[in-house]
Amino acid sequence: MIKTISLAHGSGGLASTELIDQIFMRAFDNSFLQAHEDQAKIKLTELTQLGDRMAFSTDSYVIDPIFFPGGDIGKLAVCGTVNDLAVGGAIPLYLSCGFILEEGLPICTLQEIADSMAKTAKEAGVTIVTGDTKVVPNGAVDKIFINTAGIGAIPTQINWGMAHIKEGDKIIVSGTLGDHGATILNIREKLGLIGALSSDCAPLYSLIHHLHTIDGVRAIRDATRGGVNAVLHEFMQGSGYGMKIIESELPLQSTVRGLCELLGLDPLNFANEGKVVIVVSPECELQVLQSLHRHPLGINAKSIGEVVTKRNVTLQGLYGIERLLDLPHNEPLPRIC
Amino acid sequence: MQFIDEFRAPNAVKSLLNQINALVKKTVFTKDSPLNIMEVCGGHTHAIFKFGLDQLLPPEINFIHGPGCPVCVLPMGRIDTCIDIAKQPNVMFCTFGDAMRVPGQQGSLLTIRGEGHDIRIIYSPLDALKLAKLNPEKQIVLFGLGFETTMPGIALTILQAKQLQLSNFSLLCQHICIIPTLKALLALPDIKIDAFLGPGHLSMIIGIKPYEFISQDYAKPVVISGFEPVDILQSVIMILMQLIKQQYLVENQYRRIVADKGNTAAQAVINQVFTLQGNDEWRGLGKILDSGVRLNEKYREYDAELRFNTKRHCQQDDPNARCGDVLTGRCKPINCPLFGQTCTPTSAYGALMVSSEGACAAYYQYRQSDLI
Amino acid sequence: MCIGIPCQIVSIDKNLPHIAIAEVNGIGREIDISLVTSNNKPITIGQWVLVHVGFAMSMLDEDEAKQTLSFLNAMQEEEPDVGVLFIGKE
Repeated sequence: MIKTISLAHGSGGLASTELIDQIFMRAFDNSFLQAHEDQAKIKLTELTQLGDRMAFSTDSYVIDPIFFPGGDIGKLAVCGTVNDLAVGGAIPLYLSCGFILEEGLPICTLQEIADSMAKTAKEAGVTIVTGDTKVVPNGAVDKIFINTAGIGAIPTQINWGMAHIKEGDKIIVSGTLGDHGATILNIREKLGLIGALSSDCAPLYSLIHHLHTIDGVRAIRDATRGGVNAVLHEFMQGSGYGMKIIESELPLQSTVRGLCELLGLDPLNFANEGKVVIVVSPECELQVLQSLHRHPLGINAKSIGEVVTKRNVTLQGLYGIERLLDLPHNEPLPRIC
Repeated sequence: MQFIDEFRAPNAVKSLLNQINALVKKTVFTKDSPLNIMEVCGGHTHAIFKFGLDQLLPPEINFIHGPGCPVCVLPMGRIDTCIDIAKQPNVMFCTFGDAMRVPGQQGSLLTIRGEGHDIRIIYSPLDALKLAKLNPEKQIVLFGLGFETTMPGIALTILQAKQLQLSNFSLLCQHICIIPTLKALLALPDIKIDAFLGPGHLSMIIGIKPYEFISQDYAKPVVISGFEPVDILQSVIMILMQLIKQQYLVENQYRRIVADKGNTAAQAVINQVFTLQGNDEWRGLGKILDSGVRLNEKYREYDAELRFNTKRHCQQDDPNARCGDVLTGRCKPINCPLFGQTCTPTSAYGALMVSSEGACAAYYQYRQSDLI
Repeated sequence: MCIGIPCQIVSIDKNLPHIAIAEVNGIGREIDISLVTSNNKPITIGQWVLVHVGFAMSMLDEDEAKQTLSFLNAMQEEEPDVGVLFIGKE
């Protein structure tokens, strides 16, 4: 019995079929995959009953390490794409997944990742309906890369987008900042920090769908790479307005703050995998916060600032002085000075 | 956070500012001829901008952002030496994150990591020692960067390496001492510094006595200061009081951390392992007499430059860059012709834009809104 | 220069007495305490130290910290007139 992935597993021959059956068919088990066709056949009527537009999104996942506190590359690959659909107002429905595997990857590792994907997909209410596996020689990729693409339907009444952002709108984050980035940095760079650091990696549709019925939600983004800072810059670019946030209002886990003080870093620049930034009209601010607070993934949601005329992104510090928040030109690295 | 948040309390900051406003009126300083306080340490620069203290303080008080950041004064050629060594086969090159983005002639450590060379970011120098124990077949090189604050940790690491008889560990020594730097600064003609905010964490190692020449020979106040807003403002008050009384002393505001005599055990390991030798060149400051830090004879076997037989690079900064003038308070970052144009954090020409602690980078990051 | 953070000693290695775990905000790190320990002044659990690059470089003097803060409190009582200098919420 071979216990690691070999080039034969990507050959399209018997080994490939066995791998697909044993790992993916078993984990993702559904009628689309059982049809054994080269494509999933999705009924258009199912989509049109749910809305008037289809959302379609893709992302690739190459994280190191592939297992981390709070998640793994498989969970991340499902959450990432599901969240990209959900922040556009879509009901996520179907996913594809493409695997690029490094020769020598333990099969049990792949099994664990596939099981995690299946579990997360179930939680998120999506079905993995089509997939692909390639194997490359040892060293050509780092253990495993996953691409997922997803489709969802956007209900007719929802029309979210940065173009709707207006001056005076409020900026809300759905929870604490930087949990994922802080966790990964510590492990990846082997910084040896011990503590309750855990990625916030989570599928967010169940949180976001409560906002579907609230009038005045302008735009939502998930704050992944580049953190909340990067999202605020996107909002500025997309709307033509400035974003002003207040430092003392930013929700932070105490451990993340500890890590940031020790290493001289700013949690606003850390990646999140289970947090969204929402711009809402002032009239519905309270309603949105109440709705978020009722959900386990949104209990720490907080209003952190507002949309202003002057076209830049600023942070108002502890003593009322505003400073410009530049986009960092690189990912955060720990400092000693 | 304990011993941090208490020293950021807005109410305390408010009343300190009130007191400063009252005190400054009793001095000769005006908006056009302000009290120039040099903060030597990049940590102070960072705090001043982060909390907006420069904007909260009255216009009669002006901060000059001094040379106290090891990355700012790191000459380009030294990064080239790092890269020469890191590119040697079988080398695992360990550095603090700060040095990763500093550009040399052939790129930065970050860019060559991208090319597949083994560059490790460490939090503690002891992490590099652990890597040496775990990877006996590799040569582990530690980039020792920093002032006296960082030197004791590096020195202890060298002592442990010797004790463990590790033959695959070496140090690329790029340390700098504060006193020769300040002496060189004060010897310059036409500098406009009225007082010094002394570096808190550096002083917890060397103590407060070494600064006495500033108060005695140059009649300028020195206050060793902590890094929180309350610390910095209280230090400003102590400076003002000295100026009003016309009594110039070295005072210690950061008593909770800094013992007047410093950390004698740390001083002893520094002296055991390192020696001051040679007139080294520093970015923005030029050549400084006896400012080079080398490993002592007894520990020379751990000198990475000897082990890898590298040559010293000499790399000139852009002649238009006014780093030296900014460092000495002759001009503000915005007065430099390169600032924000050819010199930005992504393409730093000058020393002070390189590190996020540098005066120009801090200006660029925090004060850009004033410039547009 | 020199990021240094006050951390609290939560444990000391039984076999290697110069190695301890120091914690801040629930984040712990193995640190070397040999530069702040001496025979006549051993370090104890609960002691706050200033940590830089994984070394305790100084013992935090809690009495001094309290003194600085009480000086500030006294000053605030003396001068209740605050607020004019602060840039408040617009």
